[in-house]
Amino acid sequence: MSKVVVVTSGKGGVGKTTTSASFATGLAIRGHKTAVIDFDVGLRNLDLIMGCERRVVYDFVNVINGEASLKQALIRDKAHNNLFILPASQTRDKDAFTIEGVGKVIDELRESFDYIICDSPAGIEKGAMMALYFADEALIVTNPEVSSVRDSDRILGLLGAKSKRAEEDLEPIKEHLVVTRYSASRVETGEMLTIEDIQELLGIDLLAVIPESGAVLHASNAGVPVVRDEVSNSGQAYQDLVSRFLGEDLPMRFLDTKKKSFLKRLFGT
Amino acid sequence: MMSILDYLTRRRKKTASVAKERLQLILSREHATDSGPDYLPALQKELLAVISKYTHIDLDDIKINLEKDGDCEILELNIALPEKQNEVA
Repeated sequence: MSKVVVVTSGKGGVGKTTTSASFATGLAIRGHKTAVIDFDVGLRNLDLIMGCERRVVYDFVNVINGEASLKQALIRDKAHNNLFILPASQTRDKDAFTIEGVGKVIDELRESFDYIICDSPAGIEKGAMMALYFADEALIVTNPEVSSVRDSDRILGLLGAKSKRAEEDLEPIKEHLVVTRYSASRVETGEMLTIEDIQELLGIDLLAVIPESGAVLHASNAGVPVVRDEVSNSGQAYQDLVSRFLGEDLPMRFLDTKKKSFLKRLFGT
Repeated sequence: MMSILDYLTRRRKKTASVAKERLQLILSREHATDSGPDYLPALQKELLAVISKYTHIDLDDIKINLEKDGDCEILELNIALPEKQNEVA
């Protein structure tokens, strides 16, 4: 059975697209046929992060309007033949999104894909509401920072009230917390909210903690999702995310600073 | 023993706990108005109007909290009255 998973956060710049790209790629690596949809009409970015920006011909809005078939618009990933990207429209406006139009595309994708990942835009406008409407599960991407936590809380409220599952009184969307840009050293000095703090505030299960890392920027520079950078901490953390999502019981990694830095040793704490 | 590093980082040590406290407060307040029926803010204003006839209070002095316990909803009103000398003559 296919699953629709929205990657959302409310706040912008917290790592939704990075997470969507790595999550979808990770699922494909594990052998699941996966489609990842960019819902950010007018500010398309998933194609860049996935490294397929030069192969975009048709987009999501073209499909909704019947100007292209889904097959024509889906871009097959170069590295994984079971991974497809449906880019957002760069020129149209988001009024093209209707529940019927988006629903038809999702239904068609459900017929041939195991996982459909919806990369939500920031905010709580139409694009974001459409991205979460059809979700079975949700990844709530949160930075350890006050405005991000508050916005995540707001999005959780919307998932519970404005989604298809909520409106039709079905089993609620399964919510997973993904903390990104986590810095163990800043948590240790009391400058950053701890994972426990965030979990307590939001009250949902923790799926993964992605450490702050330069590897994420390198990955986006190169157009290769960071999950494929197997030596980096964040790449490994995203691999763990995928494993846990698929039901494996793995301990959280990268929560503590590995060892005392040279300076710290020198000054002796 | 206090290290130099400790000294340098000391003045920022508490900001994470401040962040947590602020979030706890604002989220519980937002939940109270979000989850409740639409008339809660209006109810709060009307209560303020009634109470203002007798004594001086601010909107912030009226705390409305709606708690759900299974099928049962409990509306909790907490009105902080001012000291005696502030009473309207």
